[in-house]
Amino acid sequence: MSTSPARIAGSAWGRWPRYRHQIERVHARTADPALTAASTWLPWGNGRSYGDSCQNDGGGLLDTRGLDHFIRFDDQTGVLECEPGVTLADIITLCLPRGWFLPVTPGTSFVTVGGAIANDVHGKNHHRAGSFNDHVDGFELWRSDGSRRWCSPQENSDWFAATAGGLGLTGLITRARLRLRRVPGPALAGQSRRFGDLAEFFALSATGDRAYEYTVAWLDCVGRRRGRGIYMAANHAQADCAAPSGRPLSMPITPPVSLVNPLSLAAFNRLYYHRPSAEQRDAVWHYRPFFYPLDSIYNWNRMYGPRGFFQYQCVVPMDGARDALDALLARISRARGGSFLAVLKVFGDRPAPGLLSFPRPGATLALDFPNTGAAVLALLDALDDIVREAGGAVYPAKDARMPGAAFRQYFPAWQAFSDYIDPRFSSSFWRRVMDTET
Amino acid sequence: MKKTVIVGATSTIAASLAREFAARGYPLLLAGRRRAQLDILADDLTVRGADQAAVLELDANDPDAPQRLLAEADARLGGVDICVIAHGTLSDQAACEQSVDKTLAEIQTNMLSQVALCTVLANHLEAQGSGHIVVLSSVAGDRGRQSNYVYGSAKAGMTAFTSGLRQRLHKSGVAVMTVKPGFVDSAMTAHIENKGALWAQPDAVAKSIMRGMNRGAPVVYTPWFWWGIMQIIKNIPERVFRRIRL
Repeated sequence: MSTSPARIAGSAWGRWPRYRHQIERVHARTADPALTAASTWLPWGNGRSYGDSCQNDGGGLLDTRGLDHFIRFDDQTGVLECEPGVTLADIITLCLPRGWFLPVTPGTSFVTVGGAIANDVHGKNHHRAGSFNDHVDGFELWRSDGSRRWCSPQENSDWFAATAGGLGLTGLITRARLRLRRVPGPALAGQSRRFGDLAEFFALSATGDRAYEYTVAWLDCVGRRRGRGIYMAANHAQADCAAPSGRPLSMPITPPVSLVNPLSLAAFNRLYYHRPSAEQRDAVWHYRPFFYPLDSIYNWNRMYGPRGFFQYQCVVPMDGARDALDALLARISRARGGSFLAVLKVFGDRPAPGLLSFPRPGATLALDFPNTGAAVLALLDALDDIVREAGGAVYPAKDARMPGAAFRQYFPAWQAFSDYIDPRFSSSFWRRVMDTET
Repeated sequence: MKKTVIVGATSTIAASLAREFAARGYPLLLAGRRRAQLDILADDLTVRGADQAAVLELDANDPDAPQRLLAEADARLGGVDICVIAHGTLSDQAACEQSVDKTLAEIQTNMLSQVALCTVLANHLEAQGSGHIVVLSSVAGDRGRQSNYVYGSAKAGMTAFTSGLRQRLHKSGVAVMTVKPGFVDSAMTAHIENKGALWAQPDAVAKSIMRGMNRGAPVVYTPWFWWGIMQIIKNIPERVFRRIRL
């Protein structure tokens, strides 16, 4: 393997915090990475985690973008073996024309397979399909002692459970084998329905989640009408649908201040809720706008300005979910912070494959907030109080600030997990949430 | 289904270009020094649709490299339609200034070995009456600059050589394309910090090379704006040029 040390900012999608790292490119999966100089290392894929779980302040990052080779694909069984730096978009480009699609996909196709495993990502079909690692046959894990082991639900299953959702801390994944799913083509068919409040959402979800594989809701969380939204549900379908035309847009520069503010939010929410296509009984979507609406705007994260933004995704148990969500929305509304992207979904009951997996039975709400400093940090702490009270959890992949005590309550398996951390691996996130002072 | 041979196949730009060929189903022969990396790439290209992806462990600096390459292409692919010459090293300018051996070794790798390959291939394709030779030169060859004139002079040699070869082979129906990449985020440049707006990703560079091949372009600057940058750099009067740092 050839590596070349460099000190550059290893970015995260939320653009805060921003640390500088020593970078080592990993070029060949068969060669051992040279863990020189820096005290600890962390695998880095495409920098789509939002906060500090993909950063390692004062240490190094193992840049896995060069590990982007496919190894084999059986288009009869849909089993794909590839390196960890392959992105989900690469997989779709290769496999969709042959009738296969990702079994689980998050809201961007720009994440790598390694990142999808390490964060045990979920998608709009969690209630049917579970999370990403439910479809991983196995992977090879390289450790800094030079060992390599194949980990699967059957073989080295403890290592599999630690690494699935293990935030890259257990070692470097050098290759992985996934089971894709058959699809008739790029189209999805279903419906889009307005709902006036959370009670209506839960009623729609109770019936819709039985009929549809993919369900998700956009939620208005600003002002008096908070709690209204649009519920979207779809299945893969044989249908005519044109791929979105035109070149992707790009946010070429970072504006000096955030473009997301209370005024722009209220206007956006009103337009979005009332646009005619919000209510459609037989809608057909191309998979790209359905799964990846923001992938068509490169660098959309820049619209939050130079200080970046916070994502906050929590899950609360179904028993008491209404009250907890009401309390969360009321608190956000009181802070006049608003959230541009509020997404609501009910998770399924399937036990998660990883020790630190985020998905669990309940309702999950994802929000993002411009970084306004102390004000937004106080708001997020208040949201944590509500989530902790409800017995819920917050998603590490999107976090840059949760207190250690909150993390340890949300993820009680953290102690069992600790035994599997590679002694040469660490992350800013991990050191932060292990700090017992918080 | 053009039979395609790539020398220096595991280099970042060549590997990206190979994926463009694979997606079109071309049969490929991948030549390079690093066997393990060639095998990894061959599997990848097979999955991506290459009709076949054969590998050849080859050091382009070996005197018999051109003949071995042709023989292998005949044996594995049944001939050559496209030949991409993409191997090279980014010279350590400061070290070269202190060492004749290092300087000549850089010229050998980045120019003479490519000249040898081009000569043998050109005669083969000329006799065949068809084919496409694609040579990776560089914007660095457009004008020697103190920061990398050893590498730059090797690439200037290749730019001139391929220009002459293009003229010579035109009447035989053989196309010769000179590719001049600017800054590309690749293994060759991984050590360089602060990659700004001028830096391009290898898959974008590969796509623009592919477009150039399809329209039969003689010279391709990639990304395209390097053409403009190099027009300016080439036209700075020597009186001024020798005083500035570039």
